[in-house]
Amino acid sequence: MLDHLTEKFNNALRSLSGRGKISEDNVREAMAEVRNALLEADVHYDVAKTFCDDVVKRAEGTDVIQSLRPGEQMIKIVHDELVGLMGPVDTHIMYVQPGPTVIMMCGLQGSGKTTTCGKLAAYLKKKGKSVMLAAADLQRPAAVEQLRTLATQVQDDVTGPGAVKFYGEPDKCAEYGKAVGVAVKVCRNALKEARKQHVDVLILDTAGRLHINDDLMGELRQVDKAVQPHQIYLVIDAMTGQDAVNSAKAFNEQLELDGVVLSKTDSDTRGGAALTVKSVTGKPIKFVGTGEKIDALEEFHPERMAGRILGMGDVVSLVEKAQEQVSQEEAEALQEKMAKGKLTMDDFLDQLRSVRKMGSMKTLLGMLPGMGQQIKNMDIDDEQLNQTEAIIQSMSKEERNNPDLLNQSRRRRVAKGSGTRTDEVSQLTKGFDMMSAMTKQMAGMSKLQQLRSLSGLGQQDLASFGTSGGPRLKTKERSARKRKDRKKKSRGGKSRRR
Amino acid sequence: MGLFGFSFKKVKQGLAATRKALIDPIRQLLMRELSDSVIDELEARLIQSDIGVKTTVHLIEQIRKSYKAGEIKRGDEVIDFLKAHLIEMFPPADRAIHFAESGPTVILVGGINGAGKTTSIAKIAKALRDENKTVMLAACDTFRAAAVEQLEIWSQRLGVDIVKGKQGGDPAAVAYDACEAAVARGVDVLLVDTAGRLHTQDHLMRQLTKIRDVCAKKVPDAPHEVMLVLDATTGQNAINQAKLFKQAIDVTGLFLSKLDGTAKGGIVVAIREQLDIPVKFIGVGETPDDVEPFDPEKFVDALFS
Repeated sequence: MLDHLTEKFNNALRSLSGRGKISEDNVREAMAEVRNALLEADVHYDVAKTFCDDVVKRAEGTDVIQSLRPGEQMIKIVHDELVGLMGPVDTHIMYVQPGPTVIMMCGLQGSGKTTTCGKLAAYLKKKGKSVMLAAADLQRPAAVEQLRTLATQVQDDVTGPGAVKFYGEPDKCAEYGKAVGVAVKVCRNALKEARKQHVDVLILDTAGRLHINDDLMGELRQVDKAVQPHQIYLVIDAMTGQDAVNSAKAFNEQLELDGVVLSKTDSDTRGGAALTVKSVTGKPIKFVGTGEKIDALEEFHPERMAGRILGMGDVVSLVEKAQEQVSQEEAEALQEKMAKGKLTMDDFLDQLRSVRKMGSMKTLLGMLPGMGQQIKNMDIDDEQLNQTEAIIQSMSKEERNNPDLLNQSRRRRVAKGSGTRTDEVSQLTKGFDMMSAMTKQMAGMSKLQQLRSLSGLGQQDLASFGTSGGPRLKTKERSARKRKDRKKKSRGGKSRRR
Repeated sequence: MGLFGFSFKKVKQGLAATRKALIDPIRQLLMRELSDSVIDELEARLIQSDIGVKTTVHLIEQIRKSYKAGEIKRGDEVIDFLKAHLIEMFPPADRAIHFAESGPTVILVGGINGAGKTTSIAKIAKALRDENKTVMLAACDTFRAAAVEQLEIWSQRLGVDIVKGKQGGDPAAVAYDACEAAVARGVDVLLVDTAGRLHTQDHLMRQLTKIRDVCAKKVPDAPHEVMLVLDATTGQNAINQAKLFKQAIDVTGLFLSKLDGTAKGGIVVAIREQLDIPVKFIGVGETPDDVEPFDPEKFVDALFS
């Protein structure tokens, strides 16, 4: 979601980094550019202005101007300021004993409260908590029904040691403005029920409301008083414009928020709300909604976000995503195979599939240092991966175990079976050969050497992230890069979006 | 007259919050004599109305020029200037609903998650019903939990027909059935509700194109209107939304929802300027009655009065 900001920041800061010496005017000029980029990204006017003023002040205060590498100094300052703007964040939820820990969700209409409730329940279920979702939105038609469906979905479809229950009183629903106050009673009953069933966490899904509607804001205060939630989260749409300030402020004044959940971050929003919220309310973003799926909720990490904005990549998140897909044992087994040079097409297919489960190629590549800018305009089509899968699946078991068997005639058959051309099959096997040779070689190296050998991926950045999980990525990174190169050749970097 | 007349009072009411947030500070500001710092402050206010950086810079440059040339001296002259320029940005465009010459008029409604599609559809349905048109709703949001139920409740409250499918079913199939039913029962208007989708999700946008194509197949010249519902609190991203939805389903008009908050609606200006899509309706409240046609002159007037 940050392509635009990344590009503008890069342009502005690059104008500084090419020089041996910079003046104060240079810094000011660059920051004026940054300010406009922030405004175009919907960062609130005051926040953008203060941010740029602070950076200029710090640049003057430290010896950026005298420093030998002023550009890098500036990047560091901007990075620190960005992190400060969004953090610090403690995504840990404090659980109370005895339970239930009560979490109340609130926000404007359409910000994504109900969906977020479901996602949060999934998140907690994975952590082994028993959760009760309570429907306190009695206004929007069928909101109760929606939450009930979500609760069932999470319970049935999300794997995890916890459990999800539902509480609702559909007969209490009324049209807009006619149910004010009823929600308080429903919440009280929900708490009673949650205690009786000994659940760990009770999540209250309140109705969407305008921050200037006194009656409905009063209702929220009443709920707050009646059930005394331990955590109150405000859900904000990541695409909100300058008005994000007004609503976040109003909710915070009335309710004393504990944190913010930023929804719909999988859009192409430029991230203004993400950068604005903390400095306006003093309350950090704790979670971000990242997709349509019921478990698409992630903890928010300001450092990683700042890194992405500055095009430094987000290797930590990438590694985490990889770890979610591949267990330690699987990874070790694979590594052993690689060391012996016995990688089969089936292994490759497994790898490919687990990479695909992590997200789209473009998202993944964007997390690598320095890649964001390069792939920005590329039309990375995940369909091509379907083709690769089809080719492998058209091979016989023998061929998959020993790709050397694939002579011209077999290749023709595979091409026919997968609806591809023979040269595409050859390309795949050639790439596979290169990869297995490479992985065999790398298996003998130290971990640092392995990382270094991934040339062109910003060795320094990678190495500085330590060694954990690094080697495990190499196959994926390599295959991803290969695919990217091939793509470049065949399409000449055709761009779909500007 | 209902939807197709224009209640000045209602827009003023709906925009009261907007006016308070945007205009009052500007008015206060302009009580003072014009100076460079007052113009800077004005720039900040315009940005905060979501008008967009480009438009703001453009407007401010002109104000500065006129100020330097001595054409504008007092603050209130700036208001006249802004008003004239803002109205200029809404060239005359057809803002009425296109009805089919014969057979049902099909109105396809799209938008991102939480934009307010279903509520907006209820508003349009009520206005049309009040004009003695027979209305049918098509519940093509088969994805979101209980979305069909939500629309069904509206159909009951408004007393209009509804065609629905099962949750998880193919939305294009529902659209097909609905078109067929609309023709068979001879209704005047068919309103097609679709699932909220982010404009960046290619496969979902293709699904929307398919729904559109299905309508076109079943009813000649359908859809006669394609409304994109935009949340007024959305920032500059609304432009991307409009662009990509236009690509997918050839949007013919915007429904600007939730204009009764403190959101300043400036995005209307940016959208009008960058994309040739007229704003047709604005949502200014919570009940099915809170809908108005968009009239730029009165809209801008209401902002400044």
